[in-house]
Amino acid sequence: MAPSDVAIIGTGLHPFGRYPGKSALEMGEDAVIEALADAGVEWSAIQALYAGSMEVKNPEAIVGLLGLTGVPGRAVFTGCATGATSLAMAANAIRLGDADIAIAIGLDKHPRGAFSDHPSVSGLPGWYGEAGLFLTTHFFGMKINRYMHDFGITPVTLARTAAKAFRNGAANPRAWRRTPMTEEQILESQYLNYPLTQYMYCSPDEGAAAVVLARADLASKYTDKPIYLRASTLFSRREGAFELLSPSLPLETAPSPTVFASQAAYEQAGIGPEDVDVAQLQDTDAGSEVIHLAENGFCKDGEQETLLAEGATEIGGKLPVNTDGGLLANGEPVGASGLRQIHELVTQLRGRAGDRQVAGTPRVGYAHLYGAPGTAAVTILST
Amino acid sequence: MAQQVPLAEDLFTWPAEEPALIGGRSSDGKVVFPYRSHKLVGGVNEELERVELPRRGTLWTFTGQRFRPPSPPYAGDDTPKTFEPFAVGYVELPGALRVETRLTEADPDKLHIGQEMELRIVPFGTDADGNQTMIYAFAPVGAEEGHGDGSE
Repeated sequence: MAPSDVAIIGTGLHPFGRYPGKSALEMGEDAVIEALADAGVEWSAIQALYAGSMEVKNPEAIVGLLGLTGVPGRAVFTGCATGATSLAMAANAIRLGDADIAIAIGLDKHPRGAFSDHPSVSGLPGWYGEAGLFLTTHFFGMKINRYMHDFGITPVTLARTAAKAFRNGAANPRAWRRTPMTEEQILESQYLNYPLTQYMYCSPDEGAAAVVLARADLASKYTDKPIYLRASTLFSRREGAFELLSPSLPLETAPSPTVFASQAAYEQAGIGPEDVDVAQLQDTDAGSEVIHLAENGFCKDGEQETLLAEGATEIGGKLPVNTDGGLLANGEPVGASGLRQIHELVTQLRGRAGDRQVAGTPRVGYAHLYGAPGTAAVTILST
Repeated sequence: MAQQVPLAEDLFTWPAEEPALIGGRSSDGKVVFPYRSHKLVGGVNEELERVELPRRGTLWTFTGQRFRPPSPPYAGDDTPKTFEPFAVGYVELPGALRVETRLTEADPDKLHIGQEMELRIVPFGTDADGNQTMIYAFAPVGAEEGHGDGSE
């Protein structure tokens, strides 16, 4: 594996869910306090701050709650890939010599219901929204419908994916959805966007997460179990990729940005998919997780049908995926979601995941994000 | 007097005996929809040729919309009570592109990938001047006219 110059020394989470009366910044504050305690550093030791949020325009205003130390604080946003970006920018601040200790923070508080906005925020004409087409959920239904047709994936495989998420959520005391559901219940719930049913979708919600990073050569000062950052990549869509919110697509197709982010990340880390012990894959819906298994190199298109029947992605399987319940069981506060993934991977790699701990000594963790307007990010961590 | 007007300019030819979607073609033969006047092609800011897209194609993929989309931006004439679920999909127009579109058939059991589809211009809502807005949709070939989007 390639050497690493940045280590994660602490993580914190404000559990995702619904918290009436509590602001996103206050949730962020709780996550930061937990991450600082985990890292064993004081707030005043933080030399660079990157904060991501969709609903809070200036998430770096969190310094008002934590202490006005003059720390350089910057807001970052790359849609659902925001968590990977705040983490990568904090790491880069360390690599550039701007900071020895930096923090990445994500916080959000979404209103109930599907995400809604004016199409112009995504560079689309007004009529696209007026006609009822400006809905990201359409894409997820259409992509998995085509994928099932092309590669022989059945609805049962989608139901298995969702059932696993709720099972893992039940084993995670900090998950939002903690009630296990049977595959039958999931299949029989009503379609939201055919072929995806109600329980195959994640919901927007609220929450925060924070990750403290340090120069790798200083990490042992703070923790006996530093987790090293081995790769972080992000790509936008290419001409021909089947992406969210596209009024038209060219006839000539191209792979999703996930494929490029994944390949580049394996190259950066000097490892392959067979070396990954535990993974977090963007599961906006059950179909997305199924597709992302192949797009991230963990199987060939269509093999998911057998792999999931064998339980390969369960906590006891050969590649545990979304061990904390993923987006399906935690919901998606967009700015924080990617750092929840990192929090869970670090928890697993340190062997602190309790009832949901992956057996053996997992060494390599893999995190993947995907969202509007066709952006994918991959982060690879290892002990 | 109230009349039927396209939901937006440059979406499709209207009024027309045989309406067609309007795309923009660059010198490399590639077509974009919706039409735009110019685009970078190989580093050159090129003016695009206005072209009419094929009226028939095949269903490439589809999904359904079960609840009324958040409004705004959604501007349908319906209310949460009168909303009728609709389907959306991509229809592959030979030699041109795949266009995202509402489908006149909302029942997923009556739709399948590869199905022959044809363009319809259907009533949608009402604009600020009281005119009836019209949008494009695709219907299974042979489906009756006028049964689109709960608008019969």
